[in-house]
Amino acid sequence: MVHPKAPPSGRYDVDKIRADFPILSMEVHGKPLVFLDNAASTQKPRAVIDAVERYYRAENANIHRGVYYLSEVATKKYEDARQTVQQFLNAASTREIIFTSGTTDSINLVAAAYGRKFIKEGDEIIISTMEHHSNIVPWQMLCQETGAKLKVVPIDDNGDIIFEAYEALFSPRTRLVAMVYISNSLGTVNPVKAVIDTAHQHGVPVLLDAAQAVAHQPVDVQALDCDFLAFSGHKIFGPTGVGVLYGREKILETMNPYRGGGDMIRSVTFEKTTYNELPHRFEAGTPNMAGVIGLAEALKYVNSIGLGRISAYEEEVLAYGTEALRSIKELRLIGTAKRKAGAISFVIDGLHPHDIGTWVDRAGVAIRAGHHCTQPVMDRYHIPSTSRASIALYNKKEDFDVLVESLKNIIEVFR
Amino acid sequence: MDELKELYQQIILDHNKDPKNYGKLEKHNHDSEGFNPLCGDRVHVYLMVEDGLIKEIRFEGSGCAISKASASVMTTLLKGKTVDEAKALFAQFQKMITADVHTPPDVEKVGKMAVFAGVREFPSRIKCAGLAWHTVIAAIEDRDEAVTTE
Ligand SMILES: Cc1ncc(COP(=O)(O)O)c(C=O)c1O
Repeated sequence: MVHPKAPPSGRYDVDKIRADFPILSMEVHGKPLVFLDNAASTQKPRAVIDAVERYYRAENANIHRGVYYLSEVATKKYEDARQTVQQFLNAASTREIIFTSGTTDSINLVAAAYGRKFIKEGDEIIISTMEHHSNIVPWQMLCQETGAKLKVVPIDDNGDIIFEAYEALFSPRTRLVAMVYISNSLGTVNPVKAVIDTAHQHGVPVLLDAAQAVAHQPVDVQALDCDFLAFSGHKIFGPTGVGVLYGREKILETMNPYRGGGDMIRSVTFEKTTYNELPHRFEAGTPNMAGVIGLAEALKYVNSIGLGRISAYEEEVLAYGTEALRSIKELRLIGTAKRKAGAISFVIDGLHPHDIGTWVDRAGVAIRAGHHCTQPVMDRYHIPSTSRASIALYNKKEDFDVLVESLKNIIEVFR
Repeated sequence: MDELKELYQQIILDHNKDPKNYGKLEKHNHDSEGFNPLCGDRVHVYLMVEDGLIKEIRFEGSGCAISKASASVMTTLLKGKTVDEAKALFAQFQKMITADVHTPPDVEKVGKMAVFAGVREFPSRIKCAGLAWHTVIAAIEDRDEAVTTE
């Protein structure tokens, strides 16, 4: 059970938070680890590691329909985790919370179970230029199968979606909008409330890819009024291989099943199968129980600090990091949107991101070099790749000092 | 830092900044394209081979310092060599970058390529050093499919 309580307040003690994450005290190449690749995956607090360990040590058994002690414990933990997620997203009901293997799986679920049923030849799906490949490819596959068309919202040089262009994309054939909440390569925080309101005026449902969003700011699916929302456990301090699809109950009720198998059925005979209730209808097979329990622990951990405070703290760190990087005159930021969170992408004249990544690694700094699974963004800026530093609730301003120092160093050596 | 200096030796930095034999070879009878999907590095190698002898060799493309310098040094080594010598050199180079880090490079056999021995400390960068070599061998053997390092 989660006990809703007043949002935590008081000083944001980042050192105390860092002490909760065992990996953060390690050294790499003889230097303290500076972990700035959180957009790819986050580190895990001891509470999560312990919960997963405890599960395998003392709680493990297959869930649902077990009539013995351990199965009942595991089932309760699993269903409590669903409630934790429901409260975390402020969903109306646990029937709207489906456990998946991650954001990618959640989006594929919607493409298959909603898309194949409701999207037909000549229909249109709106996405944006800054989507992660996982919010492009499932729709392309659906379009190939059905003859539907993808419409892409353009972005401006800063990395903001061009809202008028978005509005202009709607037609009587628009069936779905699928958009990223916070971009993993540009750091753009999209105006998703306005995106949703516009779509709803046209009677079109909206899926939000919240893979990056959930770890950086509060997300309230009822306030947003979104129809689907997807995120991954590993990007919010939880285990890998587990994720969530939130779906509006009224819509979930109408969808086709996704995968067939155990647990998603009510009864099976060779003549006829009837499907289970929500949300189990979309959870075929033995789920990732340890992952789900670990994820719930991660959300409780985040709640214990409070996403409002995390967001305010990270904004300061991001502003500091942005200014620090800007002080390097050879450096150009890729993504200067009005509102940003999490990630800072950049390129440096004459330096390849791969060399930068290798170089700063020896200073203990983990950043990512590449296209970040957003090749259309790279094409938009006519670059093959960027370097990206991305933060989480445990990063400090000083992390950027170490990065900037190392960057000045490589610029000097490569000059 | 020492390993970084080993990796980014001055010769490599120089070739990165000012690559030799860079640009398309208009008159060529062999060419091939190499691609490293991991980092997006691309290289296109062109050769003019006559009677088993590499008369001309040039390359173009985009990539990190290691892949660019490796391509550049390679072209300076292969120009004037026979195809068989090129293949032997490739084999020696392969042997060097996959050897364990304590084995000193056999300078007599790999020549100037010895400067790339430092990549052994950087497993994620070994493919960068090898890209141009794989591509040139594909070109010599007239293999049509694009070379990838994956
Ligand atoms: C914005 C965004 N969407 C989707 C994904 C895919 O998440 P996962 O690989 O966990 O399914 C990511 C992860 O890189 C992401 O950053």
